Amino acid sequence: MHNKTIAELSTGLKDKQFSSEELTRHFLDRVKRLDHKLNCFITLTEDVALEQAKRSDKILQNGDAHPLTGIPVAQKDIFCTKNIKTSCGSKMLDNFYSPYDATVIEKMSDAGAVLLGKTNMDEFAMGSSNETSFYGPVKNPWDLHTVPGGSSGGSAAAVAARIAPAATGTDTGGSIRQPAALCGVTGLKPTYGRVSRYGMIAFASSLDQAGPLTQSAEDAAIILSAMAGFDTRDSTSTDIAVPDYTSTLANNISGLKIGIPKEYFSNALESGVQSAVQDALKEYEKLGAKLIDIELPNSGLSVPTYYVVAPAECSSNLSRFDGVRYGYRCDNPANLEDLYKRSRGEGFGQEVKRRIMIGTYALSAGYYDAYYLKAQRLRRLISNDFSAAFKKVDVIMGPTTPTTAFKIGEKTNDPITMYLSDVYTIAVNLAGLPGISIPAGFSDNKPVGLQLIGNYFEEAKILNAAHQYQLVTNWHRQIPDAFS
Amino acid sequence: MQWESVIGLEIHTQLATRSKIFSGASTVYGAEANTQACVVDLGMPGTLPVLNTEAVRMAVKFGLAIGAHIAPRSIFARKNYFYPDLPKGYQISQMELPIVGKGQIDIELDGEQTKTIGITRAHLEEDAGKSLHEDFHGMSGIDLNRAGTPLLEIVSEPDMRSATEAVAYMRKIHSLVQYLEICDGNMQEGSFRCDANVSIRRKGQKKLGTRAELKNINSFRFVERAINYEIERQIDILEGGGKVIQETRLYDSDNNTTRAMRSKEEANDYRYFPDPDLLPVDLEEAYIDQIKQTLPELPNEKKKRFISDFGLSAYDASTLTSSKPMADYYEAVVKASGNEAKLSANWVIGELSGALNKANLNIKDTSVNEKMLGGMIKRIADNTISGKIAKQVFEAMWNNEGEADAIIESKGLKQVTDSGAIEKIIDDIIAANPTQLEQYRTGKDKLFSFFVGQTMKQTQGKANPKQVNDILKKKLNP
Amino acid sequence: MSLDKEDVEKIAHLARLAINEDDIPEYSRELSKILDLVAQMNAVDTSNIEPMAHPQENSQRLREDKITELNQRDAIQANAPQVERGLYLVPKVIE
Repeated sequence: MHNKTIAELSTGLKDKQFSSEELTRHFLDRVKRLDHKLNCFITLTEDVALEQAKRSDKILQNGDAHPLTGIPVAQKDIFCTKNIKTSCGSKMLDNFYSPYDATVIEKMSDAGAVLLGKTNMDEFAMGSSNETSFYGPVKNPWDLHTVPGGSSGGSAAAVAARIAPAATGTDTGGSIRQPAALCGVTGLKPTYGRVSRYGMIAFASSLDQAGPLTQSAEDAAIILSAMAGFDTRDSTSTDIAVPDYTSTLANNISGLKIGIPKEYFSNALESGVQSAVQDALKEYEKLGAKLIDIELPNSGLSVPTYYVVAPAECSSNLSRFDGVRYGYRCDNPANLEDLYKRSRGEGFGQEVKRRIMIGTYALSAGYYDAYYLKAQRLRRLISNDFSAAFKKVDVIMGPTTPTTAFKIGEKTNDPITMYLSDVYTIAVNLAGLPGISIPAGFSDNKPVGLQLIGNYFEEAKILNAAHQYQLVTNWHRQIPDAFS
Repeated sequence: MQWESVIGLEIHTQLATRSKIFSGASTVYGAEANTQACVVDLGMPGTLPVLNTEAVRMAVKFGLAIGAHIAPRSIFARKNYFYPDLPKGYQISQMELPIVGKGQIDIELDGEQTKTIGITRAHLEEDAGKSLHEDFHGMSGIDLNRAGTPLLEIVSEPDMRSATEAVAYMRKIHSLVQYLEICDGNMQEGSFRCDANVSIRRKGQKKLGTRAELKNINSFRFVERAINYEIERQIDILEGGGKVIQETRLYDSDNNTTRAMRSKEEANDYRYFPDPDLLPVDLEEAYIDQIKQTLPELPNEKKKRFISDFGLSAYDASTLTSSKPMADYYEAVVKASGNEAKLSANWVIGELSGALNKANLNIKDTSVNEKMLGGMIKRIADNTISGKIAKQVFEAMWNNEGEADAIIESKGLKQVTDSGAIEKIIDDIIAANPTQLEQYRTGKDKLFSFFVGQTMKQTQGKANPKQVNDILKKKLNP
Repeated sequence: MSLDKEDVEKIAHLARLAINEDDIPEYSRELSKILDLVAQMNAVDTSNIEPMAHPQENSQRLREDKITELNQRDAIQANAPQVERGLYLVPKVIE
C-alpha cells in the first residue's frame, strides 16, 4: 500500500480494497519499523490516527467521502494540534500541548484526513538541513549520511521513504521546496495568503506559507484543495474562491510559455543538477511548451534581503516565548530579567538565537532604515522582476536548489553557505508567489528538483504543468531501495 | 527666577467595544483573573490578530469631533519590549501612520476664558494586562484579562502651562469621549488614564526644557497634584544648579510624590516596525462621511445652542454641557418645566448639583428625576410656591417623599396669593410695630426688609414675595 | 560591518537572551559574517522605491464586534509553568 499515491489509495478505499484503519495501521507500522533510521517523527499520534481512521471508514461506507477521507497524513510539528504536543522542533516547546487546532489541521480533519503524527523540522523552521532541530537531525532516505533539507525535512523524508503517504510543510524561504528537491518528492508552496496561517507557529509572518509535500503533483492538488481557503482568523488570508486543483491537471500544456531566468543557471549551480534540469526542460519542449529566456536582475539580492526581513520578523514573533504562560522556563530564576534571559537562552538553539539577534539588530534604533527599510525596498524590486517576467511568460522554471543533498554536518559551522542553499527559492517568498518543486532525475544517485514558479494564485497552472511532466516521466515514482 | 511649566498629556481611553481590539474575548471589567484572556490575547503560538470594526469606527468618531484629519490609510506597528503584562513581547500600536491626525479642542479657563489645545494625533493600540504584587510569596501574579482591550491614545501638543490647564483639558476630553459614547469614562476602573509630560523653562525662553514623563495617573485630582509636585521638583533641581534628566516617573498618590521607574531605567529601544500580521487600514471617504452623519451634538455646539436658545450665560452653558448626562438632564427639565430655561439652569447648577456633590452621586443616580424637578419649577413659575419654599419641596423630593405637587399639597406649602389676606396680615404687622414704622418713614429704608420678614414669618413663607413687596410699598409709603 | 563584544552583549540584552561569555566571540564572528552578506543590499540604489511590507496590496479586513471567545482558562493554563489562583506567577515585577 505504501507505494501508492493518495489518488490511488483513495480509489482503493472507495473500492473497499482496504479500510482506512488497515491503511493507517500499515503506515503506523512502517513508521515504527523504519523511522529509527530517519528520525522523521517527533510525535506519532497513534490513538488519534486510529480513531480518525475508524471515523473515516464510517464515512466511506456512507459513500460521501472526500478524496482525502481515510488517508493518513503527517503534519509538520509547526501546526498547533489540540491537546497534542506541538514542539516546533524546539526545546522551548518540548512541553507544549496546544489548546487549539490550527486552521490547516481543522481543514484537513474536516476533509477526512487521518493525523498520522507530527514531523521533525528545523527549530522554529529556521534551517535548511533539519540539523537545528532539538530532536536531532532527520536523515535523507536516499543517503542516510546526507541531510533531507529543511526546514520541513521530516515531512519530505517521510514521504520519500513512504512512511507517510503525504505530509504538510511550511515554506518561509524554501522550507517546502528545498527538502522536496533533496528528498525527491513534490513540494508546493502556495501564494502568500492562499492557506491560513492561523495556528501555524510564526517564523516570518510576511513570508510563511503552508503547503503539501507529496509523491505527485496530483496529490499536491488534492491536499491543497483541502488546505487552502479564506480564514477570518488570519487577516493576511485572501478571500478568493479555491478552485478544485485536480480538475485542471489534465489540461494540455502545448503552447505554454516557460520563462528561464538566466540568473538561476550561474556558476553556483552544480553541473549534475544543471543537466538534470536541462533534460526536464527538454521534456517540456516535447510537450509543446516554449522556453523563453528571461531576466530576474535583482534575484541575486534575494538572500541578503531575506536575511534582514525574516530575522527582523522572527525577532519579534519569538518574543512571546518568555517562560511565563507556556513553554520552557529556566530553573530558579533570580529575578524577572533572569527568567527572560535564561528561559530564552536555554530554550532556543544556536541558529534561532543567531537570527533573533540579527533581527533585533536590524530593527534597532539607528539601523532600521539601513537594514529593514532597505530590505523592504529591495523586496519590491525583486517582486517587480517577477511581475515583469509574468507579462511575457506563463510559468518560470529552473533548479530548486544549487546542489543535491549535502552531508550531515557539512555546513553546520558555516551559516552563510547554508543560507545559500535557498538561493533559488527565497525570491519566491519575498514576492509571495506560488512555487513547486518536482523530482527531475538524479545527480550522483541523489534527487534533483525542478522548480516551477507561477503568478499570484495560479497554483492550478503550475500543478497542471507539473502533472503533465509526471505523466511522461517516472522520477516521482522512485523510492529509495532501503524503503521500497 | 520666573519659571514656566510646559505640559503635554497622553490620554489612554479604553474604547467601549464589546470584544477586544484583535480578538473575540469580552472586555467586561472585573471578571475573574485570566478568564477573559483568549488564546489571541495570551499570545499563544500561532495565533493572529484581526481588527475590530467598532474600534476603528470609534477612533474615527473621535477624530471627526476634534476636527482632525482621518488617515485614509493607517498602519499598525509593533512596539517591542519585554514585560510580563505584555504577552507577545510587543504591543500592537500605531507609529508612523496613526488613524487620527492633527486636531484641536478648546478648554474653558475661569468660566469665560477659553484656550485652544492642539492634539498631535490619536492612535489605536491594545491595552496590556496587570501585575498584582501582593500575596504571592514574593512573586507577582499576572492577570491578562485587560490585555487586548482597545485603547485610543490621544496625544496633545505641549500646549498647557499649568496643572489647572492640564486638568481642564483632561476633563474636556473625558467629557468628549463620553459624549461620543466611545468610552465609559470610568477612571476607577482605568477606562480613562493619562501620562503627563512635564518640563519647565525660563519665562520667555523658546526652547523646551528636558521633560519627565509621569505615568500611572488615574484621577483628575492626582493629575493636578502630580504635575504640581513635578514642577516644584524640577524648579528645585534647576535652582539648585542641577539638571533635569529625561526619565519616566511614577506618581505615588499615597505620598503625593513622583519617583523614577526602575523598570524603565535603561533607554528603551522599541524597535517599531509594521506588524506583518495586519494589513493597512484603508478608509473610504464615504465611510468617514457616514460616521460624520452619526456624530452627536458636541459640547461646544451644545453650549452655543444653550446660550442662544435658552438665553443662558456662557458660564452656565458650559457648566451644563460639561457632561452629556448633565446636559441631557437639563434639557429634559426645561421641557418638563414648560420652558423655564433660566430657572431650570439655576436649579440644576445650584440645588441639584450641590446635593449630588454632597452625597457623592452621579447625575444618573439622582432620586429627583427630570420630570420631578421640572414639575417643581413649573410651580415656582406659576407662583404656586416661592423659590424659598421650593427648597423645602426639593429636599422632600430628594428624600423620596414624592412629586412636587403632592408634597406642596400634603405639607400645605401653597403660596398665599390672596391680596386681601396678605393685606390683612400686613395691616396687623404695621399696627403692632409703630416704632419701626416711624423710623422707616423718617428715612431708615433698611427697615423695609424687617416688614417683609415679619410678613413671611406670619405666613410661614408662603406669601407671594412680589405681592408682599407691592402691598408693603403701598402701605408704608402712603 | 563587524560586531564587537559590546555590540553582541547589547543585542543579546535587547533580545533577552542569556549567552555564555565563551560563546560571544563566535556570535560576534557569525553575526558579522551575516551582516557582510546583508551589506550586498547596498549595491542597488533604492531611494525612490516604496518599501514593501506585504506580498499583496490588500487592505485590512475588519471583524464584527462580537464576543466569540469564552473562558478556557483551565485548558490554556495547563501549559503554564507556574500559576496560582488563576494568575501567572513571575519573579516580582518592580515598577
